[in-house]
Amino acid sequence: MSAFEYAPAPESRSIVKLQPSYGLFINGEFVDGAGSFKTISPASEEVLAEIAEASTADVDRAVKAARRAYTDVWGVMPGRERAKYLFRIARLIAERSRELAVLESLNNGKPIKESRDVDVPLAAAHFFYYAGWADKLPYAGFGADPRPLGVAGQVIPWNFPLLMLAWKIAPALAAGNTVVLKPAETTPLTALLFAEICQQAELPPGVVNIVTGAGETGAAVVNHPDVDKVAFTGSTEVGRIIARAVAGTNKKVTLELGGKAANIVFDDAAIDQAVEGIVTGIFFNQGHVCCAGSRLLVQESVADQLLESLKRRMATLRVGDPLDKNTDVGAINSAEQLSRIKALAEIGSAEGAERWSPACELPDRGFWFAPTIFTGVSQAHRIAREEIFGPVLSVLTFRTPGEAVEKANNTPYGLSAGVWSEKGSRILAIADQLRAGVVWANTFNKFDPASPFGGYKESGYGREGGRHGLEAYLAG
Amino acid sequence: MPAKKKESADSVASATRVTAGAVLPRLAVRKTYKLYIGGAFPRSESGRTYVVADSKGQFVANAAQASRKDARDAVLAARAAFGKWSGATAYNKGQVIYRVAEMLEGRRDEFAALEVPASEVDEAVDRLVWYAGWTDKLAQVVGGANPVAGPYFNISSPEPSGVVAVVAPSAPTLLGLVSVIAPAMATGNTVVVITDAPRVAITLAEVLATSDVPGGVVNILTGSAAEMAPWLASHSDVNGLDLTGLADAKLALELEQAAAETLKRVRRPAAVDWSADPGLAPMTAYLETKTVWHPKGI
Repeated sequence: MSAFEYAPAPESRSIVKLQPSYGLFINGEFVDGAGSFKTISPASEEVLAEIAEASTADVDRAVKAARRAYTDVWGVMPGRERAKYLFRIARLIAERSRELAVLESLNNGKPIKESRDVDVPLAAAHFFYYAGWADKLPYAGFGADPRPLGVAGQVIPWNFPLLMLAWKIAPALAAGNTVVLKPAETTPLTALLFAEICQQAELPPGVVNIVTGAGETGAAVVNHPDVDKVAFTGSTEVGRIIARAVAGTNKKVTLELGGKAANIVFDDAAIDQAVEGIVTGIFFNQGHVCCAGSRLLVQESVADQLLESLKRRMATLRVGDPLDKNTDVGAINSAEQLSRIKALAEIGSAEGAERWSPACELPDRGFWFAPTIFTGVSQAHRIAREEIFGPVLSVLTFRTPGEAVEKANNTPYGLSAGVWSEKGSRILAIADQLRAGVVWANTFNKFDPASPFGGYKESGYGREGGRHGLEAYLAG
Repeated sequence: MPAKKKESADSVASATRVTAGAVLPRLAVRKTYKLYIGGAFPRSESGRTYVVADSKGQFVANAAQASRKDARDAVLAARAAFGKWSGATAYNKGQVIYRVAEMLEGRRDEFAALEVPASEVDEAVDRLVWYAGWTDKLAQVVGGANPVAGPYFNISSPEPSGVVAVVAPSAPTLLGLVSVIAPAMATGNTVVVITDAPRVAITLAEVLATSDVPGGVVNILTGSAAEMAPWLASHSDVNGLDLTGLADAKLALELEQAAAETLKRVRRPAAVDWSADPGLAPMTAYLETKTVWHPKGI
């Protein structure tokens, strides 16, 4: 069966006014950095802009600005005033949502329907949610007079650039901290547009500082002695380095790291719904999702039927131009990530798993990887153990609920899990036994500002979202 | 240490026997201080012991000196006990911890003989009672329903991190041990404790062993933190590391760095007032928040 034919339905780029070059955002102004690098569109490899690269000295300037803003303005401002700034930001994000969505899809490669319907609305909602906390902190359960920590150093990944920025900055500011944030090297543009939004909101200078760059810039943020709080979302590998670097200091740390989530389908599940959930679980955002349902555990008795439906559904996925409103799967974010996905997929075949992708024409330029599933995967296979961070699903089977739980938990990660069944008591019992921070039952990849998110084990520690998300930014 | 001629502390003349016309004090039966692993009291597999003296420098016991292998065995026992203990109802966990308090109350004299002040025993008992009451309240205090913007049931609840390795403080011995063990137990974690107070710790182990605490929930290793803690800090099946009781800053730093490799939850607060209200932090340090979503629909 082939996909329906669609006429192209591209979203216009004209709403985005790209500048040829962008500086660092320090103390409320754009300033030059020590170096520079180019940022591209991963869908076309077109250079979008020249971005300043922050050196250790630039990071130091940003931390100093954040410290001044903390001491003189933000840390002493009444919560209800801070709240109003955050509400302003939430409104500004909503007002400029189309511009942000187009820019996000351009720079990240994700489909416009996801940036438009998920990333940007959730980012606005996150600010709106935490805005309301700013003047209610004594009621949050962290003591009668919870205090901010000071300057937060935050390093975020490229998979949800604006949304991860919101997850970091909104609770930090609500609690009275100031921030120095480093966006990912490959996706700096929406963070820099957010800096403009801070200017429009008339946020006091130095409360938010954005320093662009690569790993060294991030290390400078994390290791700066005047940073009181480190928040990181990214790979478990870098998470370990950060945990080691802050050992013995008084810095408070939260880490949201990798995952290898099991998505468990029982024989009584509604198969069509489960298939939609599997597709959302692994192909949403090209599988560049730390909580992606990358290990499908399907009960043996329905495995054939489910895989047939899954393959039929995958054949209708439209891979291509991120700005086309019909696109389901966009571009892989970088050449580096593409080569990692390719390498692990080849290892999957080499280790004996069976690879399948729908017939799928990929564009000539840019970084692309067709939605892929591997069947006949065993727990020992690297594609069942390692985070691929791409549109690649490993399928394993089980016979009993006990076996499903054992396989699901057989990983050093523990970020998320899924369970599909029509039987309520079974769902609750399995959810109890899964060692994961988020369990989606008969749904997958749902996010909300009021819902805490974060992992067990080597998926990191601390929670983002909800009342829980404030804890990381308060001294009780 | 040479045997003392003087009457030793444990040979109390509560009874006498007559030999060749002379009246001698009754010879006391001494206790062998071993380890506490998986609910049993094994010797160290290393066969090593170390001399324990009382506050006057008098020999009182050869305590088991636990080794790396013992530490691994203890982790194995703690992991094996985790499923059942973490799955026990909150009410049941509360009752078991309350039972520990009851048993400790009944052994006041034993701890007095070990030179633990009566006021410290009081505080230790009261602390256990405090934690016993927390088991079925914490989920409502730190968790609950989340009002998400969509037709979903969404609830967050606290769950134990897993196996927690603890370096117990050197002083106060009993209150210190209870203050680091009880919060981890109350939250459903299982514990491996390193202590350098073998007599108090193993007597406490006897309290635990007679209090319906399932074997392996608490495991006690007597000996050197410097020797054993690095193995626990780097152990892949240990989820938390409590350095509250560790005074050695250099060792603490090394342990924190080792723990980073497996992203353990590490707790190392500044100076602790052991008699103050502990607050929630000793419990929340080894809790994970699990959030479960389910769609609503007809």
